[in-house]
Amino acid sequence: MSAISGGVFRCTAGLQQKYGRTRCFDTPISELGIVGTAIGMAAYGLKPCVEVQFADYVYPAYDQIVSEAARIRYRSNGQFTCPIVIRMPSGGGIFGGQTHSQSPEALFTHVCGLKVVVPSNPRDAKGLLIAAIDDPDPVIFFEPKRLYNGPFDGHHERPVTPWSRHPLGEVDAGHFTVPLGKAEVRRKGDSVTVLAYGTMVYVAEAAAEETGIDAEIIDLRTLLPLDLDCIVESVRKTGRCVVVHEATLTSGFGAELAALVQEHCFYHLEAPVGRVTGWDTPYPHAQEWDYFPGPARVGEALVRAMEA
Amino acid sequence: MMTLRAFDARMLMAQRQGKTSFYMQHMGEEAVSCAFRKALEPGDMNFPTYRQAGLLIAGGYPMVDMMNQIFSNEADPLKGRQLPIMYSSKERGFFSISGNLGTQFVQAVGWAMASAISNDTRIAAGWIGDGSTAESDFHAALVFASTYRAPVVLNIVNNQWAISTFQGIARGGSGTFAARGLGFGIPALRVDGNDYLAVYAVARWAVERARRNLGPTLIEYVTYRVGAHSTSDDPSAYRPKDESEAWPLGDPVIRLKNHLVRRGAWSEERHRQAEAEVMDSVIAAQKEAEKHGTLHSGGKPSVRDMFEGVYAEMPPHLRRQRHQAGV
Repeated sequence: MSAISGGVFRCTAGLQQKYGRTRCFDTPISELGIVGTAIGMAAYGLKPCVEVQFADYVYPAYDQIVSEAARIRYRSNGQFTCPIVIRMPSGGGIFGGQTHSQSPEALFTHVCGLKVVVPSNPRDAKGLLIAAIDDPDPVIFFEPKRLYNGPFDGHHERPVTPWSRHPLGEVDAGHFTVPLGKAEVRRKGDSVTVLAYGTMVYVAEAAAEETGIDAEIIDLRTLLPLDLDCIVESVRKTGRCVVVHEATLTSGFGAELAALVQEHCFYHLEAPVGRVTGWDTPYPHAQEWDYFPGPARVGEALVRAMEA
Repeated sequence: MMTLRAFDARMLMAQRQGKTSFYMQHMGEEAVSCAFRKALEPGDMNFPTYRQAGLLIAGGYPMVDMMNQIFSNEADPLKGRQLPIMYSSKERGFFSISGNLGTQFVQAVGWAMASAISNDTRIAAGWIGDGSTAESDFHAALVFASTYRAPVVLNIVNNQWAISTFQGIARGGSGTFAARGLGFGIPALRVDGNDYLAVYAVARWAVERARRNLGPTLIEYVTYRVGAHSTSDDPSAYRPKDESEAWPLGDPVIRLKNHLVRRGAWSEERHRQAEAEVMDSVIAAQKEAEKHGTLHSGGKPSVRDMFEGVYAEMPPHLRRQRHQAGV
C-alpha cells in the first residue's frame, strides 16, 4: 500500500521521501510476489524488509515462506541465505472481523528455519525490528495492531492511553537492538506465571491487578526461538502457569508452551497449566468483546490456578 | 550436450543399480540449458528447475561434485540434505533447486530487481516448465517483471509433458506459452529448443537486452521430453511408445553435428572420438565419486550434520534435540 502515505497504519510514513524509491517502494497486490521477490533480493545480497498489509493476507505467500525462505540456507548448505523480515499487523480488538484480526503465529512457529517475533510496546518494537533486520535468517514480525496507538488491557470502554504517556512509549532515537530469543519479565511475582505476548501482556497485567493475585507476567517477545530458560525459572518458582494468547485454542502456540512447561516443570506444578485464548471460531465482528480474551477471563484462569 | 547426455546415461544406470534413490534426465532437452549457459557472463544467476543441469555442465561445474550430491555421499556439497539432482552452486550462478514447482520463477525477478537497485549489470534467468506455468508464481513473476522492468530473462521450457499431462492443460486457450508474455507487455519469443544455435542466438539477444536495462524477455523453448519424467515414472502408462521414437524436433546433438559436418567444421569420426572421450571423462568422475560412497554403501554425511544449517546459529532447542538424538 502507498509508500507515499506510509501504508495502512502509517508505519512507513516518510521513508520513501527520505531514502528514495529504490529503497522504499510499493508493490503490486501479490503477497506471493512480495515475498518471492524478497527472497530473490536476499539471494542477491540485499536485506529486504517487506510488509504484508494484514497478517490475515499472508497465506498466498505461505508457500514461499515455508518451502523457500525457511529452507534455503539448509538445502544449499549456506551458499544462499534468506535474511528477510516480513512485517504484518496482527490481532484483534478493533472490530475488524475475520479478515483483519487474525493471529496466525502458530502457523510459523511450527516451521523450522523461521524466527517469529511479537513485540508488545514501541521500545521493543524498534529494538526487535532492528535486530530482525540484522538477523541472517528469515524473521516473521507480528505487530499487534491494537497496540499501535497505546497499550490495551481489554477495557474497551475506557479511553486509550497514548504511548506518549507510557514509560514503554519512550523510545531512544538512536540505534539500539533488543535481542531475539529473549523474553522479558514485565511484572515480578510469586504466585503464578503468566506467559503472554503482544496485547495480552496488558490484559494479563489488568487481570493480576483486578484479582489481586501476585502474578509473574512474562512477555515472550520472541516465540521462535523461545526463551525457555526464563519460562522454566519462573514456573519452578511459582508452581503455577497460565498461558494467554488471542489466537485460536487448538494447536495455538499455547499448546507448545503448555507442553514445554509440563515437560520441564512437572514436579514443580501445583495445578494444571491453563490456557486463555481465542475460541475455535473465525474471528467475529459484533461479538468482538465476547471473543477477545479480556481481563475477566484471564482473571478467572488465575483464580483457578490458585485454587487447585 | 554430449557430456550431459553421457552423464544422464551413467546416472540412470547408477539409479537402477541402487546407488541412489532417484534421477531425472534431459534426453532431448540438452540444447536448451547448454546453449543458454553460453550466453551468460560470470556473476549472472540462474533460477533453474530440476531439468537444467546443462547450466552446470556447460558452466564447468565439476561432474564429480554433481555425482557426490546424487549419491548423497560423504563428499556431497549439500551434506545429504537434498534429493538427488537438487544441486546448488552460487559460484556458478545456479540457485538451489526446490521441489516446489514454479517458486524460483518469481525469485529470479527479485534477484534481477536487486541487481538493478544496486546499479549492477548482472542479470537473472528464471526457468519453468510448461506445466508449472499454471502455478501462481508464474503470474506473480510476470507482473513484477513487467511493473519493475526487471533485468531478467524468463525461460519457459515447453517439453510438451508435465509428467503425464500434455501441455494443453496448462496452456488452456492461449495459443502458445510465449503469448502469455504479451498480456503483461513483456516481449516474447518462441524458439526451436532443439536447435542449439537458435537457442544460443535467442539467449544472447534476451540477455543483452536485460543487461542494457531494456527490461525482461519471455522465451518459450519448444522441445520434447523423450524420456520419462523421472526414474519413478513410466511414460507407457500415458503416451504412445512411438511418440518418443518419432522424437518431435529431432535429436539436438545429431542436428548440431549434421550442421557442423555440412559446414566442414566437424566429422563423423571426430564425433565418435568425442563420444568416447566424453564417456571416459564421465566414467572417471563416477569412479571418483563412488570412492566417497553411494546412497546405501560407503561414506555418508554425518547425522550430526542434519542439525546444522537450519539457522546461522543453532538455537537452544535444536541443541537439545541433537543431544537427545545422541549426536
